[in-house]
Amino acid sequence: MSLLVLDNIGKEFGAIRALSNVNLTIRPGEVVGLMGDNGAGKSTLVKIIAGNFPPSHGRVLFEDKEVHFAKPVDARAVGIEVVYQDLALADNLTAAANVFLGRELKRKVGPFSFLDHAAMNRRTGELFRELKSETRPDDVVRAMSGGQRQAVAIARTRLARAKLILMDEPTAAISVRQVAEVLDLIRRLRDAGIAVILISHRMPDVFSVCERVVVMRRGTKVADKPVSQSSPEEVTALITGAKEAA
Amino acid sequence: MNDITQASGASDFSNVGRAPWWRRGFFASQTAYVAVALVVIMVVMSVLSSAFLSAGNLANVAKNFSFVGIVTLGITLVIVTGGIDLSVGSTMALSAIVCAIVMQRLAGTAVEGIPLLAMTLSLLSGLGAALLIGLANGLLIAKLGLSPFVTTLGMLSIVRGLAYAVTEGRGQAPTGSDVDLFYALTDGNLGGVPVAVIYLLVLAVIMGVVLHHTAFGRHVFALGGNEKAAALTGIAVDRVKIAVYVLSALSAGFAGILMVGWLGSAPANLATGYELTIIAAAVIGGANLTGGVGGPAGAVIGALLIEVIRNGLVLAGINAYWQIVLVGGIIILAVLVDRVRTLRIAS
Repeated sequence: MSLLVLDNIGKEFGAIRALSNVNLTIRPGEVVGLMGDNGAGKSTLVKIIAGNFPPSHGRVLFEDKEVHFAKPVDARAVGIEVVYQDLALADNLTAAANVFLGRELKRKVGPFSFLDHAAMNRRTGELFRELKSETRPDDVVRAMSGGQRQAVAIARTRLARAKLILMDEPTAAISVRQVAEVLDLIRRLRDAGIAVILISHRMPDVFSVCERVVVMRRGTKVADKPVSQSSPEEVTALITGAKEAA
Repeated sequence: MNDITQASGASDFSNVGRAPWWRRGFFASQTAYVAVALVVIMVVMSVLSSAFLSAGNLANVAKNFSFVGIVTLGITLVIVTGGIDLSVGSTMALSAIVCAIVMQRLAGTAVEGIPLLAMTLSLLSGLGAALLIGLANGLLIAKLGLSPFVTTLGMLSIVRGLAYAVTEGRGQAPTGSDVDLFYALTDGNLGGVPVAVIYLLVLAVIMGVVLHHTAFGRHVFALGGNEKAAALTGIAVDRVKIAVYVLSALSAGFAGILMVGWLGSAPANLATGYELTIIAAAVIGGANLTGGVGGPAGAVIGALLIEVIRNGLVLAGINAYWQIVLVGGIIILAVLVDRVRTLRIAS
């Protein structure tokens, strides 16, 4: 069974063709690297999967059923979560508050419902332990390292029981040690049976954590192969156009 | 690449430092040291002036700061979301005027046949006027995306103009059969404490509970922390924004009505310039104008600090004009001390 199938996807913005005839299949628990230069169509593809806008042509199938996402909430409802590049965290709130933001656990007291702080901290602590991240649920995000912030953003997707997580440049602008932490987090997601699409410019990250690499150039898919049968040199050539396809 | 997998694993936080309890949470906040400053100033003043701790003076201070304090609670909500409300002073005036005029109009009509109805209707009209102002602010800011500063600056002028237009500049005194009860509810005492102080403290406690223990309160903070993130998680950003402007206006309307009881009349120039004192109180108390930080304790302490200092200058016989200068100085000092403190902790 395949988790996500993109069937002949195309997207036009007015006269500009951003994507043409893209086919892509993601299996459960698979980590796929999505690479390409700026303007190659990566973001457009990700936004279609995440439900930011619909494709102009083609079909999207999730768990073998055709889906039509009108807005990101629709994609989230079937189990597709996005970890944004800027992580979309509220710095002034605690890790637990961020993980549960918009879906807070509440306790009814008469006609009022109050936040259940203890339950949210406990559940967030469990998620961090699963991710083997040294992050405290009641610490404020402002004081956290880049790796811990990633853990918070990822814990949020785990809370939603996501089946597919799109990660947009998670290792941009963080330290070497933190990159290692983030790659570890991705491996834990894979071990838990969650598929990950890793959008990255960093060759070492993709080659260390992904099973497959997909390369986009000028709106088309020019390569889709296991990393074991490719090399950073080949992918670089594909991205720049020195090599037409593989 | 194997070394990467060894990077994590521990869960005892052995390499993640944590600040001691007195350097985080409330104890490390601007609100806490402004509270300390307040206590110090009050002690110094009671030593310097025997009049400061007299029952009459304390009641006076308490009442004066309550009006400002109640609106500071409301505006703190707006400031926490990263907005600002400059129209609160004008809203105080218009609510007070609407309340007084409705009371006058109902005096001597059949409505007075039913006990309390005339007063209830006039109170609701006053608060209703505030609600409409808050709703207009909120809709313009949340739905049309206008800047809070410019929108509420315009509203400041519109509402103040309306206050002069409907009264033609004449003060409106509350009248009617319920007027004694009106004065008792707005300007009375309960166990020797002015009712305005009790309203302030009750509202502050409610606001504390709402901010820290309900989903709405959490969303208010989330908006101030990262509005885009709040929207992405599915929070109804527009609704929260409209709600805070409505609550801010309602707090202003309520305080305005209390001031009618205190003054015995609702003049069109009621609370002129109060928006600046109110914003100053919120900022001194620790609310951050960039959003995400603030609370009821800070609002109450900030408002009290300004009033205590003003009172101290009066007792010391210093010219009233200098009070304005000093309040400005304190605002800058409070923010400056906070800046120095955060720099020290960060380094």
